[in-house]
Amino acid sequence: MTALQHVRLGTYYVVNLPEADDFDFWRDRARALVQCDVPPDRIAWVEPGGSGDLFSHGERRMPVPPMDARPVRANRRFVSLAKNAILHSDPERFALLYRLLWRLQSNPRMMEDKADLDVRRVEELDKNVRRDSHKMHAFVRFRLVESEDEEAGEHYVAWFEPEHHILRANAGFFMRRFSNMRWSILTPRGSLHWDGETMAEGPPAERHDAPGGDPMEDLWRTYYASIFNPARLKIGAMLKEMPKKYWKNMPEASLIPDLIAGAQGREASMVEKGALEFEERPDTLAAIDKAIHACRKCPIGALDNTAVMGEGPQDAALMIVGEQPGDNEDLAGRPFVGPAGQLLDVHLEKAGIDRRAAYLTNAVKHFKYVQRGKRRLHQNPGAKEIDTCRWWIESERAIVQPKLVLAMGASAARGLLGKTVSISKVRGTPIPLEDGSELWVTAHPSYLLRLEGPAREEQARLFDADLAAVKARLAELAG
Amino acid sequence: MAQQTILQKLEILADAAKYDASCASSGTAKKNSLGGRGIGSTEGMGICHAYAPDGRCISLLKILLTNHCVFDCHYCVNRKSSNVARARFTPQEVVDLTLAFYRRNYIEGLFLSSGIVKNSNHTMEQIVEVARILREEHDFRGYIHLKTIPEADAEIVHQAGLYADRVSINVELPTDSGLTRLAPDKDARQIEGAMGKVKADLAEAKDAHKRFKHAPRFAPAGQSTQMIVGADAATDADIVGKASRLYDNFRLRRVYYSAFSPIPDASAVLPLKRPPLIREHRLYQSDWLMRFYGYKPAEVMQATEADGNLPLDIDPKLAWALKFREAFPVDVNRSTKEQLLRVPGLGVKAVGKILASRRHRALRLDDVALLTQSITKVRPFICTVDWRPVTLTDRADLRSLLAPKSEQLELFVT
Ligand code: SF4
Repeated sequence: MTALQHVRLGTYYVVNLPEADDFDFWRDRARALVQCDVPPDRIAWVEPGGSGDLFSHGERRMPVPPMDARPVRANRRFVSLAKNAILHSDPERFALLYRLLWRLQSNPRMMEDKADLDVRRVEELDKNVRRDSHKMHAFVRFRLVESEDEEAGEHYVAWFEPEHHILRANAGFFMRRFSNMRWSILTPRGSLHWDGETMAEGPPAERHDAPGGDPMEDLWRTYYASIFNPARLKIGAMLKEMPKKYWKNMPEASLIPDLIAGAQGREASMVEKGALEFEERPDTLAAIDKAIHACRKCPIGALDNTAVMGEGPQDAALMIVGEQPGDNEDLAGRPFVGPAGQLLDVHLEKAGIDRRAAYLTNAVKHFKYVQRGKRRLHQNPGAKEIDTCRWWIESERAIVQPKLVLAMGASAARGLLGKTVSISKVRGTPIPLEDGSELWVTAHPSYLLRLEGPAREEQARLFDADLAAVKARLAELAG
Repeated sequence: MAQQTILQKLEILADAAKYDASCASSGTAKKNSLGGRGIGSTEGMGICHAYAPDGRCISLLKILLTNHCVFDCHYCVNRKSSNVARARFTPQEVVDLTLAFYRRNYIEGLFLSSGIVKNSNHTMEQIVEVARILREEHDFRGYIHLKTIPEADAEIVHQAGLYADRVSINVELPTDSGLTRLAPDKDARQIEGAMGKVKADLAEAKDAHKRFKHAPRFAPAGQSTQMIVGADAATDADIVGKASRLYDNFRLRRVYYSAFSPIPDASAVLPLKRPPLIREHRLYQSDWLMRFYGYKPAEVMQATEADGNLPLDIDPKLAWALKFREAFPVDVNRSTKEQLLRVPGLGVKAVGKILASRRHRALRLDDVALLTQSITKVRPFICTVDWRPVTLTDRADLRSLLAPKSEQLELFVT
């Protein structure tokens, strides 16, 4: 007997599926129908709640395949796609899959033809279902509910609205992840309940069956808002991955509009706080001079004082860097004119270094002080202030390009190195700088002024030795 | 000072972590909590549990143990001389937060890093302690990424790898001179030394695992690193070169690029211009070219312009194709996979589809259009049975024809 003899010509069949996601049932029926040679356009597949109007007079009894019917063939690719695509909410999916299976019998490699419209459609269904599953793994939010039953322990409940019939297919994922937790996932298509040992299925639920909040959500929202970098707003990218339809069940999503609205302001204040203005490095000493007089990048600039520019030949081989202008320098508008400057002159002369041939400047351009009555008491600049002012000393260095830089005191060294070093450890040996020049570090002459007796003599000797070494090195570099 | 609440600490310590580009939680060994005491699973693919308005995925609880730091790196908000608010979690507090978030399905696990407190060893020990409590006391089987501190003893870093899925060490800057200038307390040789040690540990653990089923796992998701882009003068060619050396020398799973972004309380030695975000995007694209499209680092460098940077208006693949027009057109029906992968606009997936479909039919331009995102971009570089771009590849204005219009660029350049 041939298969055709089992199927009356012109008969239409109606297959009622017991569940929307029952792949095995569909496969059994589809196999029999293919074996009986029933063409795709003579079958109506009806899922629960769906209508089979079109074929209401169709045959509800399945045809019986002959004993010698050829086995139905389907490759792995088809089976894995079909298993997933059948979870889609498109009512046409069963018919589409049957059509593919039917065509596969005469063209076994059809699934490779990515330009075929049926193949493209089933791949699209598969992709949508996978995406929905993936979003379920990601966007389910459990909430802890107080349990009346002390024994049972904590119970976590989530409300989720999947687009497709994916709930049952994803039970395993949540079971493997939250094995030792009691949880339920409620959806409009059904529910899952895991008690740590067994999985139970329940009827469809409504949103109000699930709890409305969880104390942890405040912490989670805080995290969500803090981890977002307002300097990098990319709303399109966010919406692509987290479409608005999911937002209503995600506690953090309510923050999004305000985060976006506030982002520009937050970025602007980040930039401002960081004094990161979009400015270019000045390219002449005169421009630096002008700029430092207007500079208010750090609080020192806001005091009643005047910036003091470095001075000396623009092509000096030696740059001497002090800490900051003092009272005298501030009033005179010139570096190293006060007592410490005078002491420096004495020692430079002793070492045979010509002050007029060197470029003298300070790590910090403004005088930092506290007012005590009429007197202005010197204050050391903080690390942050030195780092801020580093912009200017670097600009000067870029123009003068000294071969050797002598930093006097820890503040000056920090202004050039960006880190604090101990003078006793680094004095006497040059530190290479990235532009090829070298940095020598010594004490600040004002330090000598504060000492007395043998201690002062000892320090003066060390200072002289440093200057002598610098002098010798300068000669070497020149030669 | 009044005691900070967990919420206040979280606000400060998550905020301080937001400059870190990496958040991946994939590529680790599969595990689940069936048969255990705790919770957690990893199934190969990581899951993004939310997206921030900056378009970035949130998959891990990414925080610092503390943002106190004895170091003074200029690009870093947490540097010693910065005036930001400070906070400090105890290891137990981080553990509790991680578990509470994980139970509610907010996250895939933890990405923990820290400012350096007291000294490097002490800090690294604290980081490891968090992972130890999670794994040993709570039998937590989710993802853990630990940022390791290159200055810490190798033994403690090794411990980190035994608990973590992934470990990372930041190279911070693409050039050594940039590092010296901007991170004066760090040392490029020490950083690379630590990466080398992790690589050796990874190899050894893999070897042991082959021979003894129960040999302890060591960072099954490998090691990664991050580089800050645009804080120093390094060009894209420098950066690509550095990245490929790192991939080769240390078999890194990923190199992350983080466009230097304005930070509150920034140091004045930083450049006063923020690099456009699109630059970071171009670097990631070039990374893809090397990892999935068979481009050699030298070829990516060839795609750069005279200043050593990749063009911002077009992607690096198109930039390369425009420079090497003699390699085109590629015959969709006959060319090799490698050749097809070079066609601008054809991704790995599209190439796969073309290869599968052409066994069934000779592809026409319309067929290719069905298999690709945009045929306009692809057309000048391919031929099909019914199409051959005679003049297009020679046209001088091809670049302007193919470059996306400037409105589209705005999407990236915030
Ligand atoms: S001390 Fe330096 S940084 Fe501060 S305001 Fe003056 S010039 Fe500007």
